[in-house]
Amino acid sequence: MQRIGVFVCHCGSNIAATVDVKKVVEMALLEPGVVHAEDYQYMCSEAGQAKIAAAIREKHLTGIVVCSCSPRMHETTFRKAAERAGLNPYMVEIANIREHCSWIHKDMEEATKKAVILARAAIAKVNLNTPLKPGESRVTKRALVIGGGIAGIQTALDIADAGYEVDIVEKTPSIGGRMSQLDKTFPTLDCSACILTPKMVEAAAHEKIKIYTYSEVEKVSGFVGDFTVDIRKKARSVDMDKCTGCGVCQEKCPSRKTPSEFNRGLNTRSAIYTPFAQAIPNVPVIDREHCIKFQTGKCGVCAKVCQAGAIDYGQKDEIVTEKYGAIVVATGFDTIKLDNYDEYAYSQSKDVITSLELERIMNAAGPTKGHLERLSDGKAPKEMVFIQCVGSRCSDNRGKSYCSKICCMYTAKHAMLIRDKYPDVNVTVFYIDVRTPGKNFDEFYRRAVEQYGVNYIKGQVGKVAPQPDGRLLVQASDLLDNRQIKMEADMVVLATAIEPNPDVRKIATMLTASIDTNNFLTEAHAKLRPVESPTAGIFLSGVCQGPKDIPETVEQAGAAAVKAIGLLAKDKLLTNPCTAQSDILLCNGCSTCANVCPYGAITYEDKEVNDHGIRETRRVAVVNSALCQGCGACTVACPSGAMDLQGFSNRQIIAEVDAICR
Amino acid sequence: MKYSYYPGCTLRTKAKDLDAYAKASARALGFELEEIENWQCCGGVYPLGSDEIATKLSSVRALNEAKEKGQELVTLCSACHHVIKRVNDDMKHVEDIRTRANNYMQLETPYAGETTVLHYLEVLRDRIGFDVLKEKVVNPLTGRKIGAYYGCLLLRPGSVMAFDNPENPTIIEDFIRAIGAEPVVYPYRNECCGGYISLKEKELSKNMCDTIMESAEGFGAEMLITACPLCLYNLNKSTAKKLPVYYFTELLAEALGVKDAKEEVAK
Repeated sequence: MQRIGVFVCHCGSNIAATVDVKKVVEMALLEPGVVHAEDYQYMCSEAGQAKIAAAIREKHLTGIVVCSCSPRMHETTFRKAAERAGLNPYMVEIANIREHCSWIHKDMEEATKKAVILARAAIAKVNLNTPLKPGESRVTKRALVIGGGIAGIQTALDIADAGYEVDIVEKTPSIGGRMSQLDKTFPTLDCSACILTPKMVEAAAHEKIKIYTYSEVEKVSGFVGDFTVDIRKKARSVDMDKCTGCGVCQEKCPSRKTPSEFNRGLNTRSAIYTPFAQAIPNVPVIDREHCIKFQTGKCGVCAKVCQAGAIDYGQKDEIVTEKYGAIVVATGFDTIKLDNYDEYAYSQSKDVITSLELERIMNAAGPTKGHLERLSDGKAPKEMVFIQCVGSRCSDNRGKSYCSKICCMYTAKHAMLIRDKYPDVNVTVFYIDVRTPGKNFDEFYRRAVEQYGVNYIKGQVGKVAPQPDGRLLVQASDLLDNRQIKMEADMVVLATAIEPNPDVRKIATMLTASIDTNNFLTEAHAKLRPVESPTAGIFLSGVCQGPKDIPETVEQAGAAAVKAIGLLAKDKLLTNPCTAQSDILLCNGCSTCANVCPYGAITYEDKEVNDHGIRETRRVAVVNSALCQGCGACTVACPSGAMDLQGFSNRQIIAEVDAICR
Repeated sequence: MKYSYYPGCTLRTKAKDLDAYAKASARALGFELEEIENWQCCGGVYPLGSDEIATKLSSVRALNEAKEKGQELVTLCSACHHVIKRVNDDMKHVEDIRTRANNYMQLETPYAGETTVLHYLEVLRDRIGFDVLKEKVVNPLTGRKIGAYYGCLLLRPGSVMAFDNPENPTIIEDFIRAIGAEPVVYPYRNECCGGYISLKEKELSKNMCDTIMESAEGFGAEMLITACPLCLYNLNKSTAKKLPVYYFTELLAEALGVKDAKEEVAK
């Protein structure tokens, strides 16, 4: 028989205002096994923990129940307090009478009744608890960063600088990400490439960093501290060791009609290409889908002109398997498709462009060599209209419900740069709200308005109508003036909402990391654990977690690195002892459990069993407790009841249910 | 193939052509429009008051009759289509309206939005197919540059009407191609003509129609076609009017070579 102590917390008035805590103590004392019960204002305080420790020692308690807040808050606190007093920490149960009771009820009588029931269930469980001991697992001292944009690069640099090895896996032929496509950056207007390329070079040259470009994560297994990852290195068709990066192959390539991904499809590239001049590595890839040699067999110009003999048409995809202790996701974003926003005539006019396309137009290496001109006729615009919140803050299902956060600032930047370089161009910005919190951000926006004379109008645009003469008629509301506006423009720029890179779904599934309805990766705690995934060992860097600008991305990248370093610095990790176990006498080897196990922790072995005197060899399930994460899927699936989860055994759960229904 | 058919009042008065050419064309295309008995005016405007029931009952009667016959219900006039389609959606999805309407109707089996409502254009697109229509054309209208005028009632609210992309529709352009003519895409083809506002504020409606006309003409249209009697009325009042406006059924009948058969069908 257990000797159980029950400790009821007031949580100031959080619990005590709605739950009669004295009554809970009184009722708990009537439960089987309970030899001690008391209440206190703050159980989590030093004094509260001391009360628990004292009771454990004096009353020789073998188990305790703390009726308090969610176990997510203080389970660890109370387990540690019990352990210090000599009790096995797994003999501690929490009855959540705050989030599950006092906070959601108003009526004291009802809430008290429920608190008593919750306490009763926890007591019933503790009566069946057994002491458990965590195991240990090793930590592979190497990190994987998925995504080679500024977020991934910064995370990798910070981890590498702390002395750990880091691999970056980047899908495209070069690292650099979205930031490499930007012309200038707010609020200081420094050239994006000028501040990014040193980071790219540093990462490439770092002795602790290995970069896999044109590569994708294919398979992830294992768990925190000990992940095994398959990386697919896509066939580049160019030998990385031989290529000198001279660029002749790209000049001579006769297939030149593929839309350039880097320039957002505004111009074309050759089939053998490096995405941009500062690409790292400076080794081209052959886009086999558009390569004449691969499609028809008749070409081979690049191989002929390559002095280094680096072209290798026979190259095949290669799978590299590596071990990692920590994985950082830095998969970034893209702009949304504008199919649902035909009122802005994006698909109907070449002169309606997205802001990211404008970045390429403004860039000296872009499709217009940095000259601001209309893509339809190459003429210089005189009137430019910017439309903000295209697909952001959308109340119906056409776009995204969230604010994309970066658009107000980059639109102010674009407007300012255009007014600075082309003072004869009028610039009008339509906005819902201008949101510029951030260091030197609002000053930046005001400079656009006050110094550069950008015309800001509060109101949304209802229609952009291409006119027969090629100009664009913009219809909008001016909400401050309460009037309808019609104005002609030569170019319209859409501040298009951003969304997580679509590949993130696939990656999240491989990592068993959770994502929200917008495909952003979910953090372990919105406020207190913002760079960790709820899945242990997975960290989040950059826009994959939520919209953010470059400064914020770099901050978060550093934070994710610190968390990863904290993990890599450990030699061993304690493992959760609440893992599944199979009763070989009940198991009939049906494989149901192995089929539902998400972690591949269940295998089958032939074991000799002694079933009531009958000795025979049976095929039975065996759980690898290092791999088991204690999810409990197998215990539910097992048709013969052979699978049980330690700490959450079927008997314990049923005892709780019985106690509730009593 | 037989469809239940709801013509609506205007098709018996000002818009007789829309109706007659549609019937003649239907015969040529091998389907029949069976007018439902004792139909009443749809009300002309979808009642926006959420507690307004009486003006929805005419639609419910028509919808229920089609249901009892086991037929899909076809409409022609944009306004009728709009009202009936939206009432049908209410009957399907809004419990309060469904209960109250059925309390009035006292039907043997309550009506709950079972009938499929199709606009004549949707029959051409989804039931006949524009490719089949193209094969049946005997008199292709080659060389004619036609601007489609959708107006708003067929398209919005997009989620309920589910007719086409409200911001960039293509069904009438596809229809124009099927009858051998050349569609002229212009940005104001889905903008409102002013509707009933023309009764009260003529200037407002006129301005709206001027914008539509000028845009269509600017992009090279030689004529406009529409499915809506009210749009046709308003567009014809435009002072910028230079383009003739026809019902789409008239051009359909012409392409199918049955334009002269309309008098006969009307009888």
